[in-house]
Amino acid sequence: MAELQFREAIRAAIDEEMAQDEGIFVMGEEVAEYDGAYKVTEGLLDKYGPKRMIDTPISELGFAGIGIGAAMNGLRPIVEFMTFNFAVLAADQIINHASKVRYMTGGQVEVPIVFRGPNASAGQLSATHSVAYDAMYAHFPGLKVIYTSEPEDAKGLLKSAIRDDNPVLFMESEQMYGLKGEVSEEEDFTIPIGKGKVKREGSDVTVVAHGKMYHVAKQAAQQLAKEDVEVEIIDPRTVKPLDIEMIVKSIKKTNRCVIVDESHPFGGLAGEVGYLIQREAFDYLDAPVQRVTLPDTSAPFAKNLFDEWLPSANEVIDAVNTVTYRK
Amino acid sequence: MAKNKKETQEQIQFTPSGTGIRTNGQIVRSTELPSPTKKKHKSLGLSEEDVVDMFHQMYLQRRFEERAMQMYQKGKFGGFLHLYMGQEAISTGTVYALNDDDDIITAYRDHGWGLVRGVSPKEGMAELYGKVTGCSRGKGGSMHFANVEEHFWGGHGIVGGHIPLGSGIAFANKYKQNDRVTACFLGDGAVDQGVLHEVLNMSQNWGLPCIYAVENNGYAMGTAVHRHSVGEIYERAHGYGMKNAVINGMDVFTVYEKMKEIAEDVRENSMPWFIEIRTYRYRGHSMSDPMKYRTKEELKEYEKLDPIERIKNYLLDNDILEQDEIDEIQDTVEDTVMEAIDFAEESDFPEKDDLYKDVFVEDDYPFHT
Ligand SMILES: Cc1ncc(C[n+]2csc(CCOP(=O)(O)OP(=O)(O)O)c2C)c(N)n1
Repeated sequence: MAELQFREAIRAAIDEEMAQDEGIFVMGEEVAEYDGAYKVTEGLLDKYGPKRMIDTPISELGFAGIGIGAAMNGLRPIVEFMTFNFAVLAADQIINHASKVRYMTGGQVEVPIVFRGPNASAGQLSATHSVAYDAMYAHFPGLKVIYTSEPEDAKGLLKSAIRDDNPVLFMESEQMYGLKGEVSEEEDFTIPIGKGKVKREGSDVTVVAHGKMYHVAKQAAQQLAKEDVEVEIIDPRTVKPLDIEMIVKSIKKTNRCVIVDESHPFGGLAGEVGYLIQREAFDYLDAPVQRVTLPDTSAPFAKNLFDEWLPSANEVIDAVNTVTYRK
Repeated sequence: MAKNKKETQEQIQFTPSGTGIRTNGQIVRSTELPSPTKKKHKSLGLSEEDVVDMFHQMYLQRRFEERAMQMYQKGKFGGFLHLYMGQEAISTGTVYALNDDDDIITAYRDHGWGLVRGVSPKEGMAELYGKVTGCSRGKGGSMHFANVEEHFWGGHGIVGGHIPLGSGIAFANKYKQNDRVTACFLGDGAVDQGVLHEVLNMSQNWGLPCIYAVENNGYAMGTAVHRHSVGEIYERAHGYGMKNAVINGMDVFTVYEKMKEIAEDVRENSMPWFIEIRTYRYRGHSMSDPMKYRTKEELKEYEKLDPIERIKNYLLDNDILEQDEIDEIQDTVEDTVMEAIDFAEESDFPEKDDLYKDVFVEDDYPFHT
């Protein structure tokens, strides 16, 4: 085990994979000379040179599409978006092309590409820089979506994403790049896409939380433990494919569920998970499923409003109290 | 409001007074055609068989679409049907000019491209019918003919959307140093998409071995080119310092000659070109288009330049073929197309399970239902 920052874990995954496969290259704004806007790709230009570390102009639509074309033609691009907020400009290429060329050509083309970068809320960056896009992309068939919460998951899942022959969106949080965690040093360590993890065992209530919300849920669980409520936390880790079996299994044990999601409520992951739970485990539920999400508003700037806007440990505790009928 | 302008409120209009719009019976060519090459086949390096085959290929594209149109009108299949008729010299001349492993990608007006790049008439017709025997196994239809094995990367349905894809294919070729040239064809309407700017900028900056070829057929749906786009299309290359040309697209020899020169230059120097190939489409934008935006006279003017008639006359005038040999080729093509229709009709639709095939690489991907 090594203790790595989130950004180091991602870098290690990219580095290890690039070392093995000539066809892997990284492209994006500031990824090479500048060492990455969030220093994820630091040092890789020195190691792999300008053929494989490519600085692009601020042309999200264009370079996302060039990456897709390169993937169609046998390369394995890793396209970094400075944040997924800017990837909205590239949505046509990701949604209309990457996700569909294989299907509409009857399986003639593979698109082994990874789009990665920070997702969701960031401290007081206001409305255009604090949006979670995992649920949006998960809506579209043909895309796999990952939003990771800890350095080890990041490393193992990114390595799998790079090896995957489908287009994968790999999301991080810019507020977590400095977060440290133990990361396996096993050679060729990977985590399969589509497998969640029980990150905390408990018997009273299941909390489903991914990405940055895992840390909010963990904080709530620590508080609740002091009141003798044992929370089981499931981090699905990949939004699509979603490990609903693991969630359902946990609910059969705890009979109660709270979903913590950094998206807006309408049409987000929480709604989908809630639906699947009532379909698969209705008879096991002792209370209606609760969700804690962002409100149905954009991110405000003012510090007090921003804090109010973000899902908090207290909101998770309230939701747990509701499903356990404690308060 | 706009006090410094002399326009009164009534005079203000946002419709350019350009050409190509309804013209009270006047004939206004939507584009000016540059002159075709004067060279004969020998000096272009083409054999007599090549010329015969070019005619054959072009006539096949024409007849295939004429029959497809009939079948569509009979309700044999649905969806969009964007016909390429009038533009066949471009697909044929280009495919002749490029190497077999050079890459080609285009937009949704793609039947001609598919046929000349190895989609058999049977697979093509079956694709229109949505049959599993189609080139894209019935999953793509008219807009998504593809034959990736033969380096034809398909038709794509989002106007401008495939321009970066073509550039990425070129990027990969440069990365792999395989000397392949990519020809990325787009319509004049696609020139207005912002992504073109992004891509031309990167392509020139990075030296991508790519030919951006605009098939300017005068119209983006019903909007004449001068009404949707300012300036001359090829001149956009100037802003990027990109090599450029305007080419007569009604003459297969011209397309062949220019494309060959350009492809050689791209291969040698690994720098992109931006070219405008002027042409004309005979049919509406798609089958539902009543063509009110152009005059019959204009259409007739262009039909006089028909690329297939032109090469046919060349064959006759140069004693390469006799009329009865031409007839024979045409009959053979007719048979081929009719067989393709039979094949399409008799083929099966995809299995229900095919709905879930080719979304992901994995067969056992867990879908949400
Ligand atoms: C992004 C996008 N906007 C609009 C359309 C609808 N549409 C399809 S074809 C077309 C006209 C395009 O004309 P052009 O690029 O000149 O190609 P041509 O039909 O002449 O071959 C339009 C508006 C589309 N498919 N994609």
